[in-house]
Amino acid sequence: MILSSLIFIPIIGMIIVMLLPKEKEDLIRYTAVGISIIPMLVSFWLTYDYFVNFSGSAAMAYMEGPFSWIPSLNVNYHLGVDGISVPMLALTGLLTTISLIASFSIKFRIKEYSAFFLLLEAGMMGVFVALDFFLFYVFWEIMLVPMYFLIGVWGGPRKEYAAIKFFLYTLFGSIFMLVAILIMYFTSDPHTLNMLELIEHGGTLSYTLQMVCFIFFFIAFAIKVPVWPFHTWLPDAHVQAPTAVSVILAAVLLKMGTYAMLRINWPMFPDALHSLSFWIALLGVIGIIYGALVSLAQKDLKKLVAYSSVSHMGYCMLALAAYSSTTAMAGVMFQMISHGLITGALFLMVGVLYDRAHTREIAAFGGLGAKLPVYTALMLMFSMAALGLPGMSGFVAEFMIFVGAFSQLNQYLVGISVLGVVLGAAYMLRMFQNVFLGEFNMAKWGHLTDINGRELLMVVPLAVLTLAVGIYPKPLTDLMSATLENLVQIMSR
Amino acid sequence: MTEHAYLIVLLPLFSFLTIVFALRWKEQVSAVFSVGMIATSLIMSIMVLIETLGHQGDYYAAAFSIVELGAFKLQLGMLIDPLTAMMLVVVTSIGTCVEIYSIGYMKDDPRFSRFFAYLSLFLFSMLGLVISDNFFMTFIFWELVGLTSYLLIGFWFEKKSAADACKKAFLTTRVGDLGFIVGLLMIMYYCGTFNYAEVFTMIGAGAVPSGIVTILAIGVFCGAVGKSAQFPLHAWLPDAMEGPTPVSAIVHSATMVAAGVYLVARTMSIFIASAEASMVVAVIGIATSLMAATIALVQVDIKRILAYSTISQLGYMIMALGLYGVDTANGHHSPGFYAGTFHLMTHAFFKSLLFMGAGSVIHAVHTNDIMEMGGLWKKMKYTAPVFLIGSLSIAGFPLTSGFFSKDEIVATTFGHPVFTVLTLLIAFMTAFYMWRLCFLTFFGEPRVAHRYEHAHESPNTMTYPLFFLAFMAIFAGWTGIPALKHGFASFVAHGEGYVPHADWVNYIVSSIVGLSGIGLAYLMYIKKSISADKIAEKFKPLYNLFWNKWYFDEIYQAAIIDPIMTFGRWMWTFDGKIIDGAVNGMATLTMWWADVKMWIDKWIIDGAVNGAGFIVRMAGSVLKYLQTGRMQFYLILSMILVIVMILLKFEIAHINIEWPSMTVIFIIAVLALSIASRFVSEDANQESENEK
Repeated sequence: MILSSLIFIPIIGMIIVMLLPKEKEDLIRYTAVGISIIPMLVSFWLTYDYFVNFSGSAAMAYMEGPFSWIPSLNVNYHLGVDGISVPMLALTGLLTTISLIASFSIKFRIKEYSAFFLLLEAGMMGVFVALDFFLFYVFWEIMLVPMYFLIGVWGGPRKEYAAIKFFLYTLFGSIFMLVAILIMYFTSDPHTLNMLELIEHGGTLSYTLQMVCFIFFFIAFAIKVPVWPFHTWLPDAHVQAPTAVSVILAAVLLKMGTYAMLRINWPMFPDALHSLSFWIALLGVIGIIYGALVSLAQKDLKKLVAYSSVSHMGYCMLALAAYSSTTAMAGVMFQMISHGLITGALFLMVGVLYDRAHTREIAAFGGLGAKLPVYTALMLMFSMAALGLPGMSGFVAEFMIFVGAFSQLNQYLVGISVLGVVLGAAYMLRMFQNVFLGEFNMAKWGHLTDINGRELLMVVPLAVLTLAVGIYPKPLTDLMSATLENLVQIMSR
Repeated sequence: MTEHAYLIVLLPLFSFLTIVFALRWKEQVSAVFSVGMIATSLIMSIMVLIETLGHQGDYYAAAFSIVELGAFKLQLGMLIDPLTAMMLVVVTSIGTCVEIYSIGYMKDDPRFSRFFAYLSLFLFSMLGLVISDNFFMTFIFWELVGLTSYLLIGFWFEKKSAADACKKAFLTTRVGDLGFIVGLLMIMYYCGTFNYAEVFTMIGAGAVPSGIVTILAIGVFCGAVGKSAQFPLHAWLPDAMEGPTPVSAIVHSATMVAAGVYLVARTMSIFIASAEASMVVAVIGIATSLMAATIALVQVDIKRILAYSTISQLGYMIMALGLYGVDTANGHHSPGFYAGTFHLMTHAFFKSLLFMGAGSVIHAVHTNDIMEMGGLWKKMKYTAPVFLIGSLSIAGFPLTSGFFSKDEIVATTFGHPVFTVLTLLIAFMTAFYMWRLCFLTFFGEPRVAHRYEHAHESPNTMTYPLFFLAFMAIFAGWTGIPALKHGFASFVAHGEGYVPHADWVNYIVSSIVGLSGIGLAYLMYIKKSISADKIAEKFKPLYNLFWNKWYFDEIYQAAIIDPIMTFGRWMWTFDGKIIDGAVNGMATLTMWWADVKMWIDKWIIDGAVNGAGFIVRMAGSVLKYLQTGRMQFYLILSMILVIVMILLKFEIAHINIEWPSMTVIFIIAVLALSIASRFVSEDANQESENEK
């Protein structure tokens, strides 16, 4: 019931929002936030409860079903969570509420906006709890619809282009996924769509079939992550999307790619994984360095953060390639959570500045530190977190990724990836200097006001979590370690 | 006390948090609070030192995990040994001095409280680095001191030079950290732990291949190169002088930049396992020291001279540690370890004294340029004498701290003649440029009148800490003198304690070297019997090289920074034009294909459908004329058809017509008939119309 409630509360909420009169804008806003708080609290409780009662074993917890849904195809309604999905649920719950608070700056068609947002949340939650391929695919695709409209209606000047690009790109990948799912379905006997059974089944497939399915799934998920060179939808979507949507996109949607790899792609096809591991790592390293270099050349704040995501998700790919190391897998999970917190916060912060200054051009600013001390302090914190400063979540993640990757992969390759640490610092500090340090232009930016209470409410929880995970990561590693160890065994078989 | 040593680290953190969240608006309260916290840390550090003195040999260590994944553990822990205890006292005592000094120096600064918050955060990070018992924790605090250094250099961030300098400092040290990270990864890979004691045991036992140890040691040393501003990553330190002077005194001379030296000393057990790595360390050390000393000879900015002097002295320490590694790896005795750490301590005191003295001078004359000073001895009754004490100490004047520690370093180089010569040469240059600085600043005639006119002694909060440091600049080194049985040498030692060596020859030689350096400066800048300008003219290329700091900034800009930025822009273009171009190209191709299909749809498929309709309609429009509605016409038509049928049926006409042809004929006949009937009916219509 718990897991279903995570999916259906937002859907009920969407219906409630749609029934509200559209003139009562504030009522709609508060209702949407209020509704989203419920799944957030549920996901928090779930995390706590999982930590206390289930984190010792790798088995699926809170299983619902399988309840027969389409009997002729053996499609079931089947939910369950383990140590890798629980943190993602909490992240989704938290970021959705924060994004809805950030959406108060949306000024038109608030009703439709809020409804789409809640539908999006249902889809995201669904992806993280689904254990049936059909269900998974449905949730995966459902999300595209609200996302398409959220970018295409409430976005920036090139919103239609960005929305269509996002939609088609993802859909393109989904086709491959669908084919791979069908292959899995028809090769299994009896035909099943149960992921847990298919993980067993995948290992028995012939090498060629494993490769085909692996690559098909990989394309679908890699587009979502995004892995270089499938990343070009991301800067467009991020830059054109409204702040809150960018936050969700970066914090949760990208994670679905890596989550799906960890949940489906990797454990299902061990032989293919073993032979492709080097190439995956290579893609990861290219992503790290390439994303960082391109970030270095950016003139737009949001685009810089967007490309930094490419770099940061590159770390995930690097670690994912080191499938036999629990440390690397923990690194992936930490990087996913940490990137969600930090990049989500960075997008929020950029949005805060954009709401006031109506520009995101880095060169237009300078010396804001003198005028906006609190904002600057927070931005400094998140920039430092993004460049992997110890004491924050990003560092723990990167460090575990490096240690894990170094233990299994080509060590020269890992050595090259370490360069990302310096390049990451370079683009973050360059941005920070150009925006916050130097001479302050009083005539141009004298009217800017410091961050307000509502905005603090959005970013302070993220700041606190970033620090908490960075300073004492043990609860989180304890939560995941049993699942990860089991996963590593399955992947290394 | 030792088991509660973590409190020494946590008190400054507490101070930072309290100032940020509670005392931000109360400037004096935050300053006093922060001084109180660090002073408490100082007292506790002294207690730890005393306890450690009583327990030589058994070190205190404790740790707890922050990450546990099977065998992989990340821990925070503390290790209290003599080296730690010594560093704790050095950091907290100078920290206390600097904070008191800053109350006067930073007076009227709009971000007064923030300064103390940053200083407290720095002290927290530095103490954490000192107390750490494993590589991972060291790295954490290593990066955190980098952050605080960034914040403090950029404290006056409105100045572009400060904003540039803090970024440069952070990035340059991060380049060094690359090596450090790789070193850490190798340690984890080969040893499976980060704990110092465990790693050293494994490497000491030969559990790690020697080639690997060399790479690993050089990796760790890379971190030290960045942090301690060694060649080739030294260029950030002089620029870091853009920060407030108290910051230069503690962060960029006494403690943080010495962290590199501390790291090498802490991990000495790795270096003694690899003579090659140790040799790299020694060579980098001496090269840095020499280069920095030559630059310091000709500079005119008082803080930059001190900065280059710092780089040079750090090079000394690094070299001493490196030589210790080389000698020990080769089975020889060497005083290098305690020479390096001893000089680390004495240098911390006299260099922070010099920086704070320089700060006092800058406070008085509002310029950094020593060419605009002169004759300040008369105006600054307290600052001038203590500054000279510091200068004597760094110049190695007999019986000062610097004298004793430098002697140990010189003693370390015995057995390596090239190093001995260069070390003495550097000692000579050090004495010269420091006293050039003193003579130009405090003696002679004032060169710029208005600077001199407004000069004044600094407030007590600034001068009192100087007195304490001046005391230490003389007497801190006495902990290692022969009369006290080389106490320091047997306390902070790696493996073996003090090794007897030729003290007196050594003392005499280095005294002569130091004094002659001071003498040359005297002749050039007081007696003016040797013209500095003429020498500069005579060695013009060398002078230019030194004046322009060996062109490192220009080289790095042209060889590293610009190419990376250009490459970044290329990549961006590549991203837009090639990768996204491919994506958009595919979209365009799809659109084009859709157009083609649409054309086919419109003209061929739909064309066929429409064509069929068209034919039917055309046929209809013609055939309708058969529907004349006249009985006679139908009868005639039927008769003709019946006759034709009969003729055909009985082949009466003997015409052999096939069915298809017959159909065609039939159709033509029908059409002809209908057209004919059309004219008939039109005529009829016309007639009827005419009738009307």
